[in-house]
Amino acid sequence: MPKLVVKNLRKMFGTFEALKDVSFQVEEKETLCLLGPSGCGKTTILRIIAGLEVPTSGEVFLDGVLVNDLPPQRRQIGLVFQDYAIFPHLSVFENIAYGLRVRKMSEAELVKKVRETASLVDVESILDLPSKKLGLSEMQRVAVGRSLALDPKLLLLDEPLSNIDAKARERMRTELGKLQKEIGIATVYVTHDQLEAMTLADRIAVMRNGLIEQIGTASEIYDNARTLFVANFIGSPPMNLMDCEVVYDGNRVILKSGDLALDVTEFAETVRGKGEGEELVLGIRPEDLSLDVQKTNPSAIEAKVQLVEPIGARSIYHLRIGGLTVLAKGYAMPDVNVGSNLWATFNKDKVHLFDKKTEEAVV
Amino acid sequence: MVGLRLVKVSKRAGKRQILKNVSLEIPDKELFVIAGPPGAGRTTLLKIIAGLIAPDEGEVYIGDQMVNTVPPGDRDVGMVFETPPVYPNRTGFQNIAFPLEIRKINDSEIKEQVEEVAEFLQITHLLDRKPATYSGGELQRVALARALVRKPRILLLDEPLKNLDAKIRERTRVELKRLQREFGITMVFSTHDQLEATAVGDRIAVMNEGVIEQIGGPEVVYSSPRTLFVARFIGSPTMNVTECALKQMGDRWILDASGFNVDVTARAHEIESQAMGQELLLGVRPEDIVLLSSPENTGCFEAQVELTQNFGDERVVTIRVGEVSLNCLTGKDRVFAYDEKVYVKFKQEKARVFNRETGIAVARTAG
Repeated sequence: MPKLVVKNLRKMFGTFEALKDVSFQVEEKETLCLLGPSGCGKTTILRIIAGLEVPTSGEVFLDGVLVNDLPPQRRQIGLVFQDYAIFPHLSVFENIAYGLRVRKMSEAELVKKVRETASLVDVESILDLPSKKLGLSEMQRVAVGRSLALDPKLLLLDEPLSNIDAKARERMRTELGKLQKEIGIATVYVTHDQLEAMTLADRIAVMRNGLIEQIGTASEIYDNARTLFVANFIGSPPMNLMDCEVVYDGNRVILKSGDLALDVTEFAETVRGKGEGEELVLGIRPEDLSLDVQKTNPSAIEAKVQLVEPIGARSIYHLRIGGLTVLAKGYAMPDVNVGSNLWATFNKDKVHLFDKKTEEAVV
Repeated sequence: MVGLRLVKVSKRAGKRQILKNVSLEIPDKELFVIAGPPGAGRTTLLKIIAGLIAPDEGEVYIGDQMVNTVPPGDRDVGMVFETPPVYPNRTGFQNIAFPLEIRKINDSEIKEQVEEVAEFLQITHLLDRKPATYSGGELQRVALARALVRKPRILLLDEPLKNLDAKIRERTRVELKRLQREFGITMVFSTHDQLEATAVGDRIAVMNEGVIEQIGGPEVVYSSPRTLFVARFIGSPTMNVTECALKQMGDRWILDASGFNVDVTARAHEIESQAMGQELLLGVRPEDIVLLSSPENTGCFEAQVELTQNFGDERVVTIRVGEVSLNCLTGKDRVFAYDEKVYVKFKQEKARVFNRETGIAVARTAG
């Protein structure tokens, strides 16, 4: 039985429809990530699951039981906020014990429970420390521990890494990943950061304007984006998207986009059934363009470098190809600068195609 | 020509030394990035350049002029903050025009200049609207327009992208770099995000606790970090660092890191002469660790997969060797299972060595 089932959730704020019709489920031990830009409705879903917000219609089931009418404190859900909401005047021990004291647990039982939880989130050695002395990573673990102490059925995390500087975020992302593996509890995780979602989630629900556009594993979403929005939202830098049309030249099948012509005869199956001149969007991820300083590949296309962004072992190259700006990501090439001429080869089996009108992938 | 020069600038706040002897020289029209974690002293440094804070010691030069005693308004410096203060009751136009109005420039000229900069930043649609209706990115661009409209000699940007969504941040980063190139202004840009720093900067100053640890181009701070701090700050995933000892085995020299080792025969003399009797740290970038599915004859060791993170175009695999966890960067095509046994090889020549006590790089040049 799935741990959490969310069915046909709708939410109106006045005349604004924040959630249109959202359904998904989360399995035992699974981490599902709600990913989308601000305003897409992801936090509203979280608040409805927690019981902090009442849906206009739709149902929330926990362990098969409808919880719509249960108040937040009776739902057995642990909620970890963006700022962790640790009580600074209390010790780590008292922070973790907080919910247990509210429940009037006996002292002996409480101590045992706090110690168990502390060992799970690896804060045993700092139980006596005042919370105001904690580092970010410790605060995160205490916040998760405080929720876990109450034996929740489900853990909800609301952008837990968003207010943290980049370097610490990277470290804490890894730590949170390990922690999840160890505690193995069903989790719903909200974020606007696609990298966080890709690395922490078992499955990702990509949201836009109150709807889930696609739900799947990181690889499914990255490699087989179902819509233009998903293609553009996942990946950094995002997928290159260019308007194109199908041209049949004898038995060759060509995708034309401005001055750019891409022979896709070998993948003609994909575009079969598309009429000549039909409007499509061609998508290619920056790492699926290979760059060379010489024309070694006969199908390579000339590209002029407009901007280079070095990011460690790799660089992002902003290229002008046939009147279009195209981004490529590859190993840093020390002699390539603004104004350099390069040869770009499209890795054709990595080309994505979308219908321009419906914005859906052409499979 | 020198656009900006700082000579031994120091600043204390109570007992805390916020800046220690900071010196730097930025040529005209350079995009200079100050990168470092929160608390490194970046904002204080920018405020000293702008004249909003006076340094305890040291000199600030803009062009050839020492400006320590010049008030902020006369320094020809524009500053954009992390959360830009805009006037909520003024329209976009009035907000951008404000610095020109107080300079008593006539109306038709103001209109011309505001429209020019608004067009460049693609915010003409915001000119009639008030800030309450802007998105985070739009607000940031209006603030930027207001700083640009009076064409300052130096533009200071303090974490300009911090409060933007990841996606918008990526786009704005590129726009800022284009803008800097096209307007040909000297820009000093502060960030905590190392990726942003190397992506936009002509040169980067990496700061830690009030000290500049290294200044260099993006490839220099990445490939030849001068200190352990720079090595770990620049690059994502972070460089793996572990304790090691230099040992001789027959005619080979190795760095022994309990559980695995790296052959440094070619550099042994250098390491030995620079760090005789010192405790050492071994640094290996995640992309310089190769994961194999079957063992090779030499320089290969066994490890267990602890965690994998899918970045889309590549994967970060955390492996455990004895007591040590290492992050490795691999292609997206191979999938690793939790607890799977893998064989590991280092690109030996890429390994870095640091003096454990001082954190200074030993034998910096590879191979």
